Amino acid sequence: MERSFIMRNPSVLWFLLALAIFTLGVTILSEAFGIGGLSTSFIKTLGKTLCLCLIAVAMDVVWGYCGILSLGHFAFFGLGGYAIGMWLMYARTEEIVVNSLNEGAIPPTQQEIIDGIGTQIFGVVGSSEFPLIWAFSHSLGLQLLMVVLVPGLLALVFGWLAFRSRVTGVYLSILTQAMTLALALYLFQNDSGLRGNNGLSGLQNIPGLDHLGQATISMWFFWASAIALGAGYVLFAWVTSGKMGSVIRGIRDDESRVRFLGYHVESYKLFVFTLTAVVAGIAGALYYPQAGIINPAEIAPIASIYLAVWVAIGGRGRLYGAVIGAAFVSLLSSWFTGGGAPSIPLGFYTIQWTDWWLVLLGVSFVAVTLFFPKGIGGLFDYLVRKDP
Amino acid sequence: MSTLLEVSGVTVSFDGFRAINNLSFQIGEPELRAVIGPNGAGKTTFMDIITGKTKPDEGRVIWGEKSVSLLDMSESAIARAGVGRKFQKPTVFEDQTVRENLAMALKNPRGPFDVLWYKKTAQGAEKIEEIAEEIGLTDELKRRAGDLSHGQKQWLEIGMLLAQDPRLLLIDEPAAGMTPAEREHTTDLIKRAAETCAVVVIEHDMEFVRRLDCKVTVLHEGAVLAEGTLDHVTQNQDVIDVYLGR
Ligand SMILES: Nc1ncnc2c1ncn2[C@@H]1O[C@H](COP(=O)(O)OP(=O)(O)OP(=O)(O)O)[C@@H](O)[C@H]1O
Ligand SMILES: [Mg+2]
Repeated sequence: MERSFIMRNPSVLWFLLALAIFTLGVTILSEAFGIGGLSTSFIKTLGKTLCLCLIAVAMDVVWGYCGILSLGHFAFFGLGGYAIGMWLMYARTEEIVVNSLNEGAIPPTQQEIIDGIGTQIFGVVGSSEFPLIWAFSHSLGLQLLMVVLVPGLLALVFGWLAFRSRVTGVYLSILTQAMTLALALYLFQNDSGLRGNNGLSGLQNIPGLDHLGQATISMWFFWASAIALGAGYVLFAWVTSGKMGSVIRGIRDDESRVRFLGYHVESYKLFVFTLTAVVAGIAGALYYPQAGIINPAEIAPIASIYLAVWVAIGGRGRLYGAVIGAAFVSLLSSWFTGGGAPSIPLGFYTIQWTDWWLVLLGVSFVAVTLFFPKGIGGLFDYLVRKDP
Repeated sequence: MSTLLEVSGVTVSFDGFRAINNLSFQIGEPELRAVIGPNGAGKTTFMDIITGKTKPDEGRVIWGEKSVSLLDMSESAIARAGVGRKFQKPTVFEDQTVRENLAMALKNPRGPFDVLWYKKTAQGAEKIEEIAEEIGLTDELKRRAGDLSHGQKQWLEIGMLLAQDPRLLLIDEPAAGMTPAEREHTTDLIKRAAETCAVVVIEHDMEFVRRLDCKVTVLHEGAVLAEGTLDHVTQNQDVIDVYLGR
């Protein structure tokens, strides 16, 4: 069965091949494992981009295939990041605290260590107590479980409430925006237990792996991100193929018709919404250790809107379209906003791309929506001409 | 022939306007029934009530041997209980192939995980071929449903109903916009389906109803005006007034 699924979807194989070649190429050009043409920070950018591609694929499934325009999936991405960030920060601070206490004459007690970690982490928000939500932060295994459970449960509860009341279309989009906004505002508070607007930082330092150096660690995360993208792609290609794909595309096109065929539409939406949220959480958990810092601004409503823009530009309803859109637009975005693009002097006015990039992005979005509804991915239709 | 569906004393109002007014209706299994009536008589609303799309203000809708109430069930549960519906304007999944449309309708477990792990079976494929043959779309199985002609879409939708293996078929204006030859084919389809299950057909066209050759229920202003053979109801003075009065 698995074989026939891949056979029926040759684009999955092409995608995996392209991803493997890309990963190999980057490895050869890396400082740690190759000839060293690419800087460590650029490797991190590429690794982060792969994570963004993964959440874009998830977004494409929920929106492009199932027709649910969720404008809140970055909340799940951020929660995944926070979940892994808590362990990274705790374990790293523990190392530092234990080292410094060990310099004293008497060996420290367990309580002294805990207090030391608390003061280090929560000093910035004027506290030293561990909030309840940090209960599992000492354990990598449990926090990894949280990476999946927290976004999954939030999506399950939110989706259940929303879909059960038959909230659809633009109202659902607004509701998802409200969700991510509420979460961001909550996290901004100092007593949220997650260090308010400071967020979690120093996440690039992996506890116990200091001796390896960032050049090596960045490659590990790059590989992990590539594997996650590949696995996520295959998972979603499988979900969207066959009968499941048929039903969820049916829901997108005419949900009441699907209902009258005897399918419980709400369960399907909930399944897709939750599964994509979990994958978004995993993508976030891989992204933020490469970014080094996560704060509530990351899950501001605009982030999820950008996600929809990437998918639209890349071409929704095809998984590789989402990958292309996310990679293309996010890399271009960091080039423009990072000052990489030369300004254009017009004599009377100089176009600074740091200011004008968003305008360009907005115009491209409108242009794609109006003139190329299939997005960049649609170009492949000319390549692989299908008989009508 | 035992009673399959019993609608009794059903009333529905939209903003004070009574679209269905103390309507009672019965159908057995198997049986073919035509429902006629002028525009706005409440024919589509009647189907909305049975399929759970509209909840009535009053009345009962009782289903099957166990006499369960359809009013407490969701649309999808009613469909799973064996009520299939064809809408007034053809609604097929235009983006998908004829085969995919039929496969989605095939009677199989309907839960997300059943569907996720669903494997194509030889019986399923056979059943699809059978239905395609029946609705005359054997050569179109690989085509996008959106590329079919209007009449073919109507047939595909009827085929999707048949694939569900329903006990009650509700068919809203199947012949609208069809050529005479297509109408004939449609009549045959419906008559054959009615050999094994209960079928309710809403139709405006008297010729079409005559060819169905079955008991007719006339709806007017949300209530049953007359019931009986076509000749019987067309001689009914109330019916003549309603149809001539329009
Ligand atoms: N959701 C609704 N809200 C308000 N009024 C409605 C609604 N649905 C139906 N109606 C009204 O109820 C009446 C019956 O409508 P219905 O569609 O059942 O008629 P019909 O017999 O199917 O007519 P036609 O032959 O034109 O299809 C009409 O006057 C219609 O305007
Ligand atoms: Mg009608």
